[in-house]
Amino acid sequence: MRLVAEGLAALRGERVVFRHVNFEVSSGQALVLYGPNGSGKTTLLRILAGLLAVMAGRLRLLDNDSQPLTGEARDGALHFISHQDMIRTQLRVRETLRFHAALLGAPARDVDAALDVWGLSALAGISGGFLSAGQRRRLSLARLSLQPRRLWLLDEPLVALDAQARARLNNVCNKHLADGGIIVAATHEPFLAGMRTLHLSSGA
Amino acid sequence: MRTFAALFWRDLVLNIRSSGGAALSAAFFALIVVLAPLGLGPNAATLKALGPGLFWIAALLATLLGLERMVQQDVEDGTLDLFRLSPLPMELIIVAKILAHWLTSGLIITLLAPLLAPLLSLSFDAVPTLTLSLLLGTPGLSSIGAAAAALGTSVQRGGMVLAILVLPLNVPFLIFGASAVAAAQSGNDPSQALIFLAAASLIAMVVGPLAAAAALRLNED
Repeated sequence: MRLVAEGLAALRGERVVFRHVNFEVSSGQALVLYGPNGSGKTTLLRILAGLLAVMAGRLRLLDNDSQPLTGEARDGALHFISHQDMIRTQLRVRETLRFHAALLGAPARDVDAALDVWGLSALAGISGGFLSAGQRRRLSLARLSLQPRRLWLLDEPLVALDAQARARLNNVCNKHLADGGIIVAATHEPFLAGMRTLHLSSGA
Repeated sequence: MRTFAALFWRDLVLNIRSSGGAALSAAFFALIVVLAPLGLGPNAATLKALGPGLFWIAALLATLLGLERMVQQDVEDGTLDLFRLSPLPMELIIVAKILAHWLTSGLIITLLAPLLAPLLSLSFDAVPTLTLSLLLGTPGLSSIGAAAAALGTSVQRGGMVLAILVLPLNVPFLIFGASAVAAAQSGNDPSQALIFLAAASLIAMVVGPLAAAAALRLNED
């Protein structure tokens, strides 16, 4: 699988946040996005997820036979973990992840395994309102473990995570890359050492 | 289908567990009906004349309550992104939400109304018509509400806008609902008004999800 971006430009409001963005990421590779606040990292990830339209340029997600994926096939090939946590105080941790599993079309039986991967098993029965910031982040990241999907789009995955959780995230990501996945992540901190980076400058 | 069921269940649980959810809708409806005789005086003839309209005004206002929560929070906390990436069409997502809203507002009101009927001296013969009219009309109210709630998401704190959008569209329900109950009370045949009410409700149930899904797609940027 390959993700190819040629001359991408994006508009937010009436401002061009970036232009001339080119990259190509293939199976087993990661691209880490850096850049100051407001440089368009989230915008770029939302474009890659298919949630925002590009102003200019071309974006293609190609499968192993170099055929472009579109529509539902494309949506089903990616995990998008936004910087928002989508956690409600009225729902318990397991209920929240079950709901997310259903939206992804993932089997409910994998929910407990995913909670275990992210060290949330002991919290499964408590209300989402009692989670710390790092626990909330882990619950969002647990979506990655619900269903194998090739392309992972991670927006600020490291925020609020402690050392142990960061190590866990690194392990999960490295395993995903080893299995032939693709990761595009936006962050302000060192992440996935040795992988390619893309720096977005402000007001480009 | 499993996605639809999970979404419906999640919204139902949210509506029941939220402080402004099902319990508030029911309490609000009951309060209007309980307070009306205190404000209007105990004259049975006055209450009898005003009763059908009061019940339906209370129903319109009580079903308004859960609407702001229906899609606003999903837009704010990013759940809408998951909806859009999910294989389930946005229209069906809205239908699940309407169903959950109706069960925790319209249906509860429908079940509560016969118990409250004596407070407004509603004649015994009109009680089945009252229940039937609410049963036919409230799904339409939830459907119109969903469309307005989706439109309101582009406005910060859209609660007021929501009420202004929804209430004029709900006027046909008020007119046909109240006149059906009034007809039954005066010994006339309420079926004509009930048929119009059912028609309005059916139209709303078809158009509401389509309009709401379109509004959420416009909100995409």
